[in-house]
Amino acid sequence: MIPRPSEASVAAGRRSGGGPAESQEAVPESEGGPPASEPSRRRGIVRFDRVERTAHWLNASLFLVLMLTGLALYFEPVMALVGRRRLVEDIHVYAGIALPLPVLVSALGYWGRGLRLDLSRLNRWIPDDTIWLRVSFAERRRRQRIRNQLRLGKFNAGQKLNAAFTAGAIVVMLGTGVILRWYHPWPLSWRTGATLVHDWLAVAIVIVVLGHIRFALADPEALRSMIHGRVTRAWAKRSAPAWLDELDGPPRQ
Amino acid sequence: MPNDPRERPPDSSREPSGPGDGPGERAAGSEAGHTPVPPRRTPVPERPRQDPERRRAPRGGTAASPGDALGKPIGRRVALGIIGAGVVGVVAGRRIGDGVNALIRPLQQASGGIGSLLPSTDEWVYYTVTSGYPHESDARYRLTVDGLVDHPQTYDFSSLKALPPTHLTADFQCVTGWRVPKVHWTGVRLADLLDRAGVQATGRALRFESFDGVYTESLTLDQARRPDVIVAWEMLGAPITTDHGGPVRLYVAPMYGYKSCKWLKRIEVTDNVIPGYWETEGNYSVNAWVGRSNGRNDPPTE
Repeated sequence: MIPRPSEASVAAGRRSGGGPAESQEAVPESEGGPPASEPSRRRGIVRFDRVERTAHWLNASLFLVLMLTGLALYFEPVMALVGRRRLVEDIHVYAGIALPLPVLVSALGYWGRGLRLDLSRLNRWIPDDTIWLRVSFAERRRRQRIRNQLRLGKFNAGQKLNAAFTAGAIVVMLGTGVILRWYHPWPLSWRTGATLVHDWLAVAIVIVVLGHIRFALADPEALRSMIHGRVTRAWAKRSAPAWLDELDGPPRQ
Repeated sequence: MPNDPRERPPDSSREPSGPGDGPGERAAGSEAGHTPVPPRRTPVPERPRQDPERRRAPRGGTAASPGDALGKPIGRRVALGIIGAGVVGVVAGRRIGDGVNALIRPLQQASGGIGSLLPSTDEWVYYTVTSGYPHESDARYRLTVDGLVDHPQTYDFSSLKALPPTHLTADFQCVTGWRVPKVHWTGVRLADLLDRAGVQATGRALRFESFDGVYTESLTLDQARRPDVIVAWEMLGAPITTDHGGPVRLYVAPMYGYKSCKWLKRIEVTDNVIPGYWETEGNYSVNAWVGRSNGRNDPPTE
């Protein structure tokens, strides 16, 4: 790893507080480690607040229900095993209608400040994100070496792609699902098209979700932060250095 | 209007004036190329990117690079791109679907179980117009042939199966696009049932009723007398399951699937064609020849 010339000075120079630090409920660990009396769950910095975590797990549960019922509706062996087609169909439809709700309800209220900020982070790509993504298929050591030089924000490009894909996919699945379920008003060719899109996008979603789980399992600390909310400063320094700088509070106009 | 003062500058040059203008933002959006590139940076692969804006972006943030709350809204573009592709897929679906089916068919045949996980439009889709699938046991099943006939008939399941069977193999083509190739059917010719009942001279057409209590269909007498129109009790070498319309359904090989009334309960000879459920509810063609109706051009089923 080649250290950036000014990395240390940046970390040292930005301690003035203010900025987005409050909105993140950041509780920076003191440099010498937390006092022994401090409960361990207070350690580290908040990566996801309670609203975000709840939205994530509700969303994940709905996806799971949709994937399982979808499989039972459409894959012959499972179909034969499960039966009760009408009930499975209803569960699938209602879970589908509910799918956008966790994120929408979480993001729209005053309680959704953290989520809204993170959504805008997921939306925005800095040049380092592009590089991060570009080396995805490079040989492992080279990939590591290049990625270690990057200064990513809170999310890497993979997470950003996952979020963007999921957002788009929810809309498309909902739209095509509505055409399939309430088919009367639509022209035949649209219904054919909706079937095709719904089926193929479902396969893509399964692949992306499996990838998402795989990457989560590969970084247990990140995964735990989706349960308890916090990561250590060391994790942030390693995986999201620019975010850590931001939390430490650059003076902003 | 190049001189319009209201004209907005391109994204990248607008960013430095955005909220949170820090030292790094200028670098992130820079087109002037004053980003200090770290020395001896390993060159990144030369894979060309589709987005010219991304290619123009300087490589690597600076030490003071901002958090990712600033930058180009690629995420939104990806999401909108997926939505756009979805819309195109819905509108152009039939043509794309035919291509996709042709592509994956060998894959599905080669890989057996896993291949059938791939979506295609040559698999069954189950339709019912009521809530749920109506079930009738073989023992309680009855089929009535009445209306303008000399000898109204009622068959139970075993007396129906005692009639001389006809075997038929044809594709099953749905008007919504899916088509299951080479389905094997066993049943009795509808023409035989009509002969046994003795259609009166005033009879011109048939009306079919489903024991789901809602669905109906119709055929002209000429259509009904074709040899590839049967009242079926077996498909794919097994009794017809409830979701496929068992124990007994109509199968009209040369027409779209909605003609093949599931859960057949009654065949009534009428003096004119009474359009069926989809023909009134869905505005489908009454004469539903595959490839020659409903604005479709599918190949024949046999």
